[in-house]
Amino acid sequence: MFDGLQGKFQQIFRQLRGEGRVGEEHLRAALREIRLALLEADVHFRVVKRFLERVEAQALGEDVLQGLNPAQQVIRIVRDELVALLGEEGRELQLSGQPAVVLLCGLQGSGKTTTAGKLARRLAARRRYPLLVAGDLQRAAAVEQLVQVGARVEVPVLTPETGEGVVALGARALRYARDRGHDVVLIDTAGRLHVDAALMAELQALAEAVKPCETLFVADAMTGQDAVRSAEEFARALAVTGVLLTKLDGDARGGAALSVRSVTGLPIRFVGLGEKPDDLELFQPDRMASRILGLGDVLTLIERAEQSVDAAEAERLASRMARQEFTLEDLRDQLRQLRRIGPLQSVVDLLPKGGAMGKVEVGDAEERRLKRIEAMIDSMTLAERRNPTLLNGSRKKRVARGSGTSVQEINQLLKQYLAMRKMVKSMQGKSWLKRALKRR
Amino acid sequence: MSGEREPGNGGRARLWERLKAGLNRTHARLVEQLGGSLEAGEPFDEEARARLEEALLGADLGLATTELLLERLEERSARARGAAPLRDLLVEEVAALLEEIPAPPEEGPGPRVTLVVGVNGVGKTTSIAKLAARELGAGRRVLLAAGDTFRAAAIEQLALWGERLGVGVIRQAAGSDPAAVVYDAIQAARARRADHLIVDTAGRLHNKEHLMNELAKIRRVVDREAAGWACRTLLVLDATTGQNALSQAREFLRVARVDGVLLAKLDGTAKGGMVLAIGRELGLPVLYLGVGEQPEDLVDFRPRDFAAALLE
Repeated sequence: MFDGLQGKFQQIFRQLRGEGRVGEEHLRAALREIRLALLEADVHFRVVKRFLERVEAQALGEDVLQGLNPAQQVIRIVRDELVALLGEEGRELQLSGQPAVVLLCGLQGSGKTTTAGKLARRLAARRRYPLLVAGDLQRAAAVEQLVQVGARVEVPVLTPETGEGVVALGARALRYARDRGHDVVLIDTAGRLHVDAALMAELQALAEAVKPCETLFVADAMTGQDAVRSAEEFARALAVTGVLLTKLDGDARGGAALSVRSVTGLPIRFVGLGEKPDDLELFQPDRMASRILGLGDVLTLIERAEQSVDAAEAERLASRMARQEFTLEDLRDQLRQLRRIGPLQSVVDLLPKGGAMGKVEVGDAEERRLKRIEAMIDSMTLAERRNPTLLNGSRKKRVARGSGTSVQEINQLLKQYLAMRKMVKSMQGKSWLKRALKRR
Repeated sequence: MSGEREPGNGGRARLWERLKAGLNRTHARLVEQLGGSLEAGEPFDEEARARLEEALLGADLGLATTELLLERLEERSARARGAAPLRDLLVEEVAALLEEIPAPPEEGPGPRVTLVVGVNGVGKTTSIAKLAARELGAGRRVLLAAGDTFRAAAIEQLALWGERLGVGVIRQAAGSDPAAVVYDAIQAARARRADHLIVDTAGRLHNKEHLMNELAKIRRVVDREAAGWACRTLLVLDATTGQNALSQAREFLRVARVDGVLLAKLDGTAKGGMVLAIGRELGLPVLYLGVGEQPEDLVDFRPRDFAAALLE
């Protein structure tokens, strides 16, 4: 799953590297892939359209191609835009009222009852004294389900009396909570279709009676294009204060999050990540963006690289590369930058798994090798670093002694260096690189 | 279930009306999207293509199926030379695509067992009640197995349905091995000479290996203990699910040899267009449609009707 967009991007931009400049044509190709990725992630088609327009405007603008890798640059723009659209990080329940009332609503099977248990556990952990209310009077054994869920998280559950409607139950729950000192009342409700006028009216009546400070719309992360419709209708009927996205422990990309957010403007607050009471987390827009795009944590890597790479250093290096003056000193500087990002293993762990990569173990050996290369270069004279052809047999012996390595290792290093320099030369005259340099 | 809903005394025809009513709620919007495409003689130009594409994407058909349909429509409209509205041609293409999916073999006489599987919250238990009600209506002896021993009150939920329908439910304590429940149920079905054993299973996300292994074991027990019976696995999909439905179908097919799909929750505004991709890529046919919460809200899948209702 993860190699999809990433791989395609690399293909597009490999061609681009061959041609030497980013044309509109390449960006179009990239946008087509992004469109495909978003549609496959179930983002609503209208939302996709608007999104692509925004990305195109930005990517064709001034700020593109600043860095060293245009593919990553475009992914970044897409990701940043997506993060912005997904809104703020999730917030804990904002409680007010005596007792504070939290209402859960949503379609059938979205996971309201399981979620009620999770929220109750979370509130109890915050030293609240919650009461669960079994307001699903429709589905067979739904009340019994909440009773069992409540027992598991050790939170009392108020159940309806024979013939009691959900509105009456809600009113009784408030009295009951006040009598028993519960400061939060969590009301589970029956799943209902947004087109079911009678049941939607019932929900409105319940909200009217209990005046919730929080009304969460519980939505299944696997929802397709219809997510927009149902969320809109629930938000229209009730003063919904946020969205709780469930079943994110599945492999759905969760584009519904973007659809719901951009159509209703409702903040996404929590995500459900499993069937156990603790499997609930605050929503994180950046993680969600990567998931929707199928990018893994590669973006975290880009970010980390950007933070740790010295901009001035990068500029100096790039300008030297542009003039084809890639020396051993430059190689050493690059290695240092790489090591500044973090231990190699942590870098590799951030790369998307699957595809050709699989699980890569970076042993201490590789880590040590980088250090040895640095040591070898450090043991050379300035002249040798700039002109490695000076390195004859006796000079190599000296360098080997100075760095605690062997002549064999030095030869290996020189071979690799020459290959790299050849690659740098082949990049000559690439206008994107020059433009990138100017802009830094 | 709700008592104040429409009483379920209608026949199959009425249910189709109900399905259409559900699908028609989106009809107005669809027509609006299809716009000029409804007129005969309209050329299949870029604008028409874009409109139709949005309509298909909006029905969760996915990009690949949408593009395939538009390609076919393009050829077709070139041949038809504007004799029919593009929409009618599109309905025919959708139906044709659905009809290409191989139908399951006819069920012979003798006892049967149906394993009902799916991810969490798609409506497995309610669907089982509907299947049981239909079998009872056909005069068959039905037995249910409470194979969801995991979720809170899942056993109680099925037991309640058994009571309502007057059908026996084989159950063990919560948390027991579901394969053992199924084993017991098959012995019980044999002893009671039941015609049809319907097995409920716990909802499981298809990317959870241990849960899928558990399901594979259940399927093995069914194959071994009910040898000689007609055994089938029915995958319940939620019509509101998007592209992930394909991933679900693929994994459940791999683990439990799914024979067909029951598409639930079609009484909302979702259209369940993913079943086209599932049929095309995995050869899995849709067998039933769930159109409500009452036991009788189950209809047989008919490609032409489904396509027409989808785009009517």
